[in-house]
Amino acid sequence: MKERTLSQRLHIDIPLLFGIIVLCGFGLVVLYSAGNQNIELVYQQAIKLAIAIFIMILIAQIPPATMARWSIGLHILGILLLVAVIYYGDIGKGAKRWLDIGILSFQPSELMKLSVPLVIAYYLSDKSLPPNILRIVTVFVFIFVPVFLIAKQPDLGTALLVAAAGLSVLFVSGISQRLLASLGVMASAAAPFLWYFMHDYQKRRVLTFLNPESDPLGGGYHIIQSKIAIGSGGLYGKGWLNGTQSHLEFLPERSTDFIFAVLCEEFGMLGVLFLICIYMFIILRCLYIATQSQHTFGKLLASGITLTFFVYIFVNMGMVSGQLPVVGVPLPLISHGGTSMVTLMAGFGFLMAIHTHRSFLSF
Amino acid sequence: MAKDFKLKDNEYEAQLISSRIYVIGVFVTLLMMLIIIRIFYLTIFQYDHYTTLSKSNRVKVTPIQPTRGLIYSHDGVLLAENKPSFSLEVIPEQTNDLEQIIIELQKFLTIEQDDINSFKKALKKQRRFERLPLRFNLDEEEVASFSVNRHRFPGIDVVAGLNRYYPFADELVHTLGYVARIDEADMSEIDQSNYAGTTHIGKLGIEKSYESILHGEVGYQQVEVNAQGRIIRILQSKAPIPGDNLHLTIDVSLQKVAEEELGDRRGSIVAMDTRNGDVLAFVSSPGYDPNKFVNGIDSKSYKALLTSKDKPLINRAIQGKYPPGSTIKPLMGLIGLNYGVTNFTKEEWCPGWYSLNGHEHRYRCWKRHGHGYLNLHDAIAQSCDVYFYSLAFSLGIDHIYEGLSAFGFGKKTGIDIGGEAGGLLPSREWKRSAIGQPWYPGETLIIAIGQGYTLSTPLQLAKATAIVANHGKVVVPRLVSSISNVITNEVHKLPIKTEEPVRVKNPEYWDEIIQSMRDVVHGQGGTAWSSGLNAPYEFAGKTGTAQVISIAQDEEYKEDEIAEEHQDHALFIAFAPVDKPEIAIAIVVENGGGGSKTAAPIARTILDNYMLKRQLIGNNNERTNSLPTSAY
Repeated sequence: MKERTLSQRLHIDIPLLFGIIVLCGFGLVVLYSAGNQNIELVYQQAIKLAIAIFIMILIAQIPPATMARWSIGLHILGILLLVAVIYYGDIGKGAKRWLDIGILSFQPSELMKLSVPLVIAYYLSDKSLPPNILRIVTVFVFIFVPVFLIAKQPDLGTALLVAAAGLSVLFVSGISQRLLASLGVMASAAAPFLWYFMHDYQKRRVLTFLNPESDPLGGGYHIIQSKIAIGSGGLYGKGWLNGTQSHLEFLPERSTDFIFAVLCEEFGMLGVLFLICIYMFIILRCLYIATQSQHTFGKLLASGITLTFFVYIFVNMGMVSGQLPVVGVPLPLISHGGTSMVTLMAGFGFLMAIHTHRSFLSF
Repeated sequence: MAKDFKLKDNEYEAQLISSRIYVIGVFVTLLMMLIIIRIFYLTIFQYDHYTTLSKSNRVKVTPIQPTRGLIYSHDGVLLAENKPSFSLEVIPEQTNDLEQIIIELQKFLTIEQDDINSFKKALKKQRRFERLPLRFNLDEEEVASFSVNRHRFPGIDVVAGLNRYYPFADELVHTLGYVARIDEADMSEIDQSNYAGTTHIGKLGIEKSYESILHGEVGYQQVEVNAQGRIIRILQSKAPIPGDNLHLTIDVSLQKVAEEELGDRRGSIVAMDTRNGDVLAFVSSPGYDPNKFVNGIDSKSYKALLTSKDKPLINRAIQGKYPPGSTIKPLMGLIGLNYGVTNFTKEEWCPGWYSLNGHEHRYRCWKRHGHGYLNLHDAIAQSCDVYFYSLAFSLGIDHIYEGLSAFGFGKKTGIDIGGEAGGLLPSREWKRSAIGQPWYPGETLIIAIGQGYTLSTPLQLAKATAIVANHGKVVVPRLVSSISNVITNEVHKLPIKTEEPVRVKNPEYWDEIIQSMRDVVHGQGGTAWSSGLNAPYEFAGKTGTAQVISIAQDEEYKEDEIAEEHQDHALFIAFAPVDKPEIAIAIVVENGGGGSKTAAPIARTILDNYMLKRQLIGNNNERTNSLPTSAY
């Protein structure tokens, strides 16, 4: 056996860690400006990031075979917690999402972002690929139950991410293009029916997206103001701490979901390119890890998590720049807030585990 | 061999997955390109456009709260109004250390711990760029002293607004309800855009059930602000559409009479117009001051209300569940006639008690030595229990249940405010599922005198009385008769709601029962004859006395020996005039003793007032829904 380096023994993937740290650092810089130069806020965020990175490294120590064994249990636990939220959940901003278990409260829906790709990767890697129709239907059940429960809370953003996580694993597993196409057609046919199941505020968001000026007090205001912030940033931006849109308080939720607009305003097109380069670096590194994995489970899980990470980025940027309706999806590792951060880092922990444990073939 | 195959399969799988991962790589890159193109478009091509917008972007959009509709009584008295008030509001995002700021503010303003607590609670749930009130109802002195210090507190301002005020305070709280600050539970039910500028929402009574009509539609204004976000001038605005005014069916003068008659006693009085269901008086005593709830009641006062022995928070008219007592006898008589188990000439012997065949237990009549022989008419007028025991025995519980359901027992009356209780009308099925026991014949007997499991609300009794007065026509009680638009002055009269009428085999049954009820007050030996003395009009009624505790077989009920809360409830139902009924009344005086002694005189006073006013106004055959011409 060849000599193992320190990073291998710690199960850390250096390039991925590098990408994450650069991203977080940039995020803190933007947050300082977005949060009214409140250094307290930056400290808080830094501590949360540190904890999340620690969790990531902890998870990286778990051999993928163990993850696979736990996946079903974790998934069932997650669904039970989601059901518990319906009965015992705390209400925040008109939705029941939080479960308070004495010392801390957390969102079980976050757990589903990991357990869904885990359980599907485990289930599909068990038999030969591509999966037959019966197995695909089972996968849809795995996805649908938590997505339904989360959408009912209502938390459309998270439901979307969980669905994306599950579907991307299914896509990688190699289902035929004909099936993909027909699923796509079915989905677009189902869209009008979805309308009837949407809450009033969700319908309103879609309508606002189509015509922002119709609701100048609500979501439309957000979009109008964030487009002004982005557009007025120009090529070079107005400079750090100099964004008028953000500092004159025209941009709502600017340290959380709309932080991308602050970045655009202050760092301009070049700042955006820089950010997208870091994101692309992380994504491509993750995909590389996926291709290098020697077992199907690892490949499926790695690419599923990566694609979810991308969906975060795409939905948030699309929403802030007015291309997608407003859904509560943060800009990963940049937006202020701890919940999604831990989930994202845990996901990277899985990826590192897949990469660094690969010399032990357990499948 | 098999191993070979599997290996080959694995290789195929690996290739398949890798190709898919490449597809993902391409897909991700393309979509990222799309984002870049979009940002490129906004920042490069649209740069000039958005820079201009950004430079001129000193314009903010703020919501304007619509004025809440007013509530008037039928006789034109203002019952719920909007009074100007000042509150201290904070934009959390623009402040730094809130704790310190509050300490600074407390140096010249009183800010109670309760205020701070509710502020902090709301703070967690609200978006940080939205205004949040810290204190309500600043007086002029406080406004002045804050204005002097305003420059020290960026992000904090005194905001003028309107405060809901109820001039009748505790007298009409059970009718009107009140508004209070919007909480989380409300948030999920309202259109948040329309409530963007609204701080209060109807929580109870009419304020709640007519919330959508009273609230109106939000307006907004575009304002120019300086670098700190303070408003310099208003550029453009869309006026809010004020909420509509409501006109109640309540007649304040009659309500006052009823309130005064009940006095300090616990109980309820409901008077309704038998022709259209208009509730003329709606009393639940004691009440409480709704004005305290508008900006949040302090926890100590709230606790006092919650734990008070008199239970002021309960709306007795629709939530108080009382045994109907003997007031149910006219209905029982009607049901007996309809099922043919009795007629108007059939007589029963009342020795003062009744026993089921083969049983020792004596079901007693209120008259210890009995009524002797008497027919249905006298049994109602004199309220003989034995006659109705025998009637009930012949009818059986199933017929009784069917008959009383038709009069609305055991179900909500459908009045236009929420929180109504349906009461309880027992049946075999009910007892089996609720108590897990079969029905006993003895229980049928006491149902006939309004005891046992049966529970009804005063409003249910009033509605049932109106049905008798109407010869079976059923009108749904209502508190709001019309809605008027503040801008156009257009009046929209609400339709009268009716239900499936109660039908009997022979319409003469109604007249005979009504005649018996008339003789309760005007006949010889009627239980409420003293209340009918010298009345210039004729009315019909029925007394009732509901036992709160059960009396042992040989014991006698002695009023002065029993603690007040164990004394009987006094009940009385009535309608007037007998020949052409207009008003039906139900009265419950908790622990008031006998119905004839306590409740019937109250009815007489209320009816006297109603009939007198009617005479003054002229023959008011159709109560008009016209707008009040002048307020008091």
